[in-house]
Amino acid sequence: MTQPRPVGVPILRLGDVLVTGLLNELDDRAAIAFTEELTARISAEGARGVLIDISRLEIIDSFVARTLMELTTVSRLLGARVIVAGMRPPVAITLVELGIELVGVETALNPEQGLAALGWRQAQEPLGGSRRGAAR
Amino acid sequence: MALPGDSTVASRRPKPAPRAGDGEAGVPVTRQVTHQVRTEEDLLAVRHAVRAATVEVGFGIVDQTRVVTAASELARNAYVHGGGGSLTIEQVRGPAGRGLRLVVKDDGPGIADLDTALTDGFTTGAGLGHGLGGARRLMDEFTVHTGAGQGTVVVATRWTVR
Amino acid sequence: MSTSEAAVREQLTRALQERDEEIADRWVALQLEQALLGTDISEAELREEADSLIDALVPGLESDAPAERVVTSHPGLHQAVVGLSLRRARSGATPTATSLAVLALKEALLKAVQRETRDAEELFATAVFINRLLDVAGALSFETYVEGREEIIRRQSQQLMELSTPVVRLWKQVLAVPLIGTLDTARTQIVMENLLQAIQDHEALVAIIDITGVSTVDTAVAQHLMQTVNAVRLMGADCVISGIQPSIAQTIAQLGIDLSTILTRATLADALAAAIKLIDGPGPGGDEGESR
Repeated sequence: MTQPRPVGVPILRLGDVLVTGLLNELDDRAAIAFTEELTARISAEGARGVLIDISRLEIIDSFVARTLMELTTVSRLLGARVIVAGMRPPVAITLVELGIELVGVETALNPEQGLAALGWRQAQEPLGGSRRGAAR
Repeated sequence: MALPGDSTVASRRPKPAPRAGDGEAGVPVTRQVTHQVRTEEDLLAVRHAVRAATVEVGFGIVDQTRVVTAASELARNAYVHGGGGSLTIEQVRGPAGRGLRLVVKDDGPGIADLDTALTDGFTTGAGLGHGLGGARRLMDEFTVHTGAGQGTVVVATRWTVR
Repeated sequence: MSTSEAAVREQLTRALQERDEEIADRWVALQLEQALLGTDISEAELREEADSLIDALVPGLESDAPAERVVTSHPGLHQAVVGLSLRRARSGATPTATSLAVLALKEALLKAVQRETRDAEELFATAVFINRLLDVAGALSFETYVEGREEIIRRQSQQLMELSTPVVRLWKQVLAVPLIGTLDTARTQIVMENLLQAIQDHEALVAIIDITGVSTVDTAVAQHLMQTVNAVRLMGADCVISGIQPSIAQTIAQLGIDLSTILTRATLADALAAAIKLIDGPGPGGDEGESR
């Protein structure tokens, strides 16, 4: 066994949320390494939420789909809620035709909305410049 | 050859473009490249090659994604279950338009029960068990030749015009 | 055969080089005479086509390819024939006229060689060679023409489909596709592709598919609708189906299709209300999920 290639996407921490992403060049070994690293970090840092940006994935086959579903399940068991954000339209169509609905995986249109769902809000307005009335 | 356990399944969408035989004859092949599927790196390389071919043939982005995804499923099957094999990309020309045909071969143990293997959720390896059946749904024509102990050949075609 | 092919090629090349003007003139005249064009391709354009094809023939003949492979194997020549045929296809000429036009070049070539030699055997050999050389061009032209027309038809039907399935923005982050008429697989596919793209472009959170104007739904279409809803969800948005007619509701029930996981509303207005509620859903603070 050779060393797994680095996945290339660092896992950032924002408070109790971990933010990361998948690249298109994800082979099986990298996918496994990614899952392991992420679950280790969730557990070590007590993360409550995980945001995975998949907007760079040009295809999702059943292997990557399984990786995402397992990640979601494992994270849930560790007490973290996973949101997968930014799936491209052709990828969504193909997945549905493959018969994979990513059951149990929460999705968001883009990382911003995913973060919002995880409890993060837009940065506070600078002093004196409140564009909107009541915060949503 | 009618060995016991030898099974073939073919499927085609309603209103098929041309007759495609079983991958050797039928419509003219304008270009043909074979890639080995022996390592995980090969799986990525095959995906790139298939993507480039879909662009060349003139598929839209959604069809490109369908064909590359199907190729990924089939190549992974050959790698995981067949112990490695090859994937041949053929650019074909039918009466109604151009197409891309994938011929995926392995010398593995073969598929003992093809009908079950084509059922969603059935898996013997790492995946969701949507590989074969899913790939069939993503392509217009799909033929499997297999049997216990004789390897597997999958021929799958998608046309630009349907 | 006493006249070798090499000699014929040489003869032909000389004629093409020395009498290029003459050949082009004759070819253009023949095409005009055929009057089969039925298009608005001008004489000047014909002349231009003729010049480029004749120019390409000379280097084409220099290759080692056998006569019937010259046109397809020489890139410049191939391109000249393909370009000509596509132009005809776009301007509405018939496929027969297009390949006849290419074949008329035979006569123009032979006439030019005739001016060089009177030897019957030589002329015969040349005629045979020209036939082998240009029959392929005629076939290529026909094939290209057909492909070109298909491309046009494909583009038009695509445009027509897109016209008949507009995605409209109803509200901030709410999109709707009003479907009218008969839904078939091809159309539901286009709807799905357009809708998903629009969701991404507008960062929409809810998509409403309104089927008030749809008269019938069969299993395949219902399945496609389900797929669309699932794809919308995968992208991270919600989907509402509105305007299901009583007869369609019955069909769906009879077919045993399970739409229970899909949010449905009687009218587009109700669907919009539901959509707005969904957007404002998380409630004040918007931090649902903290309690998990």
